[in-house]
Amino acid sequence: MREAAIVAQPNPLQRIPGVAMVLVLLIALFSVIAPGFLSVANLSNVLVQSTILTMLALPMTLIIMTEGLDLSMGAVLTLTSLCVAIVSLATKSMLLGLGAGLLVGTAFGLANGWLVAIVGIPPFVATLGTLGMAQGLSLIVSDGQSVVGIPHSVRDIYSATLLRVPVPIVMALVTYAVFHVLLYHTRFGTYIFALGGNREALRYAGLSPNRLLIAVYAIGGAMAGIAGLLMTARMNSGHPTAGLGLEFDAIAAVAVGGTSFERGNGWLLGTLLGVLSVGVLRNGLNLISLPSSVQVASVGVLVIVALFLDGLRSRA
Amino acid sequence: MTDITKDAIAPPRSFLSQDAIQVFYRLLAALLICAVLAVLSDSFLSLGNILNVLRQASLTFFIASGLTLVVLTAGLDLSVGANVALSACIAGTVIHTTGSPALGILTGLACGGIVGLLNGIMVTALRIPSFIATYGMLWVLNGLTYWYMAGETLHGFPAGFRQIGSGYLFGLPIPVYLLLVFLGIGTFFAQRTVWGQEIYAIGANPVAARLSGIPVARRLLLVYAVSGTMAGLASIIFLSRLNSAEADIGESLTLPAIAAVLIGGTSLFGGVGTVFGTFIGALILTLVLNGMNLLSVSANWQPLVTGVIVILAVWLDMKTRRRAQ
Repeated sequence: MREAAIVAQPNPLQRIPGVAMVLVLLIALFSVIAPGFLSVANLSNVLVQSTILTMLALPMTLIIMTEGLDLSMGAVLTLTSLCVAIVSLATKSMLLGLGAGLLVGTAFGLANGWLVAIVGIPPFVATLGTLGMAQGLSLIVSDGQSVVGIPHSVRDIYSATLLRVPVPIVMALVTYAVFHVLLYHTRFGTYIFALGGNREALRYAGLSPNRLLIAVYAIGGAMAGIAGLLMTARMNSGHPTAGLGLEFDAIAAVAVGGTSFERGNGWLLGTLLGVLSVGVLRNGLNLISLPSSVQVASVGVLVIVALFLDGLRSRA
Repeated sequence: MTDITKDAIAPPRSFLSQDAIQVFYRLLAALLICAVLAVLSDSFLSLGNILNVLRQASLTFFIASGLTLVVLTAGLDLSVGANVALSACIAGTVIHTTGSPALGILTGLACGGIVGLLNGIMVTALRIPSFIATYGMLWVLNGLTYWYMAGETLHGFPAGFRQIGSGYLFGLPIPVYLLLVFLGIGTFFAQRTVWGQEIYAIGANPVAARLSGIPVARRLLLVYAVSGTMAGLASIIFLSRLNSAEADIGESLTLPAIAAVLIGGTSLFGGVGTVFGTFIGALILTLVLNGMNLLSVSANWQPLVTGVIVILAVWLDMKTRRRAQ
């Protein structure tokens, strides 16, 4: 394996128990205490609702693997969702809306990458700054109001099916496949491992770590653009606070999924299981009528526990 | 980690050192903003507006002063805003149920302090990086506050209690006196006490600090607890000034507090900065936001401007540091 040459990767099998156990435990817990949890309708609901999070958590995995962080993702998603809504409303074209979302998202991703790689600002502060900017722009372009009257072509994306599988799930699966190939079967993926594990090695190999880093953040922004389309379709409107805080669920999924914040190793399948864990947790708490505030708090606890365990593993 | 080589141990910082020059530049910037605003807006120089700016800046300063100590140790506390919200809601409930403002104030301070202590434990004992630990804490606190308030608003507090945030003494708002007191305490603590100097040393070089016998974990615990307690104090001022408490009051407080610290010249990489600088930072930020308000720029622009200021401040800090080398 090419990546083995650059960083010694721990055997992924060692990590499967952690996140898979969390997921199985949560599913077992909620099938007992939450009536209706195990119904087909509810489970497919969990899957469909997890699609937006998947599209954020996968690029977040890459970013965290470079020992970075993107706190702006939720706010950028909000902004791109508004762009999709405004442009598709004006042009009646879904594709132009998606294009606008992609453009704005990628621009923010590039800005994050530039601030982190070239200017050298610590990622959590740089992206906190761009979080403020994206949030502010969302309020400005929408004037604090919802954008309604979205064309059918956008709205239908969320409810349409392809071979009886909901389109959002198809999009999430395709995204996962693309990220899997990108990370494990291309040179670029190998370089991402090196960005977190051994940046010097990249320099000696004649590569520019800065440009790679910018590319990783740009991918994050672009994915927030695509997720913005799904968000607009799901809410059937653009709303200036729609995606705020979603970056936290994404970070939670990555942390629970066993990607380390400090050692440059990541695991995409773990992130996917992490996304499902967060989705099941929120859905189950919802079913037993606990308010969304409790869901937020419990995701917070989940992250801290996951990070604590990660810290234990790194010392062991 | 960083390309900035740090002194083995920070030299004792007095007020007339290099920091004085940095603070001087920032004062100049603040004056410049004042001059521009005075030209652009007729109402800027009115007594009412200036007192308003000072009162507003004092709120930001209370949160930012505790945060300054955290940033001096090369850490970050992203939970301060959420901490203010939770402390305000709990303190408000205590005042409502017991009718005793004193008890409410104590509860607010204690709540803030306990949250800060928990942050400190996560950073020292559990060794979670501070920005991610306090970010997790942010969402835990947010969830708790919304759950606790369940959409309700606390409203109407005793007149005596409301004096703290909205009262005047000899023509100056009471928060301004509190600001001066805490500015004095903070500056004295950071510059003139052994513990304060140890905090600088930890930020400049944690390994050297540990090897020279500084109890790093205990000092870090103290720093996070102080940051939390100052958030608790801010929550009391907030409560008495607004005369109401809601779950969402903290959401717009964290970014300005971080901005004030960074504008004030405290370095994200630790070991450099002053509490007085943070005061100037809070003043500059408040002046900018106040100016936008006077020039009738929509409040929707505030997060954007604050975000830009945060990034500009860090960028400037790194520029001047590189040049100094």
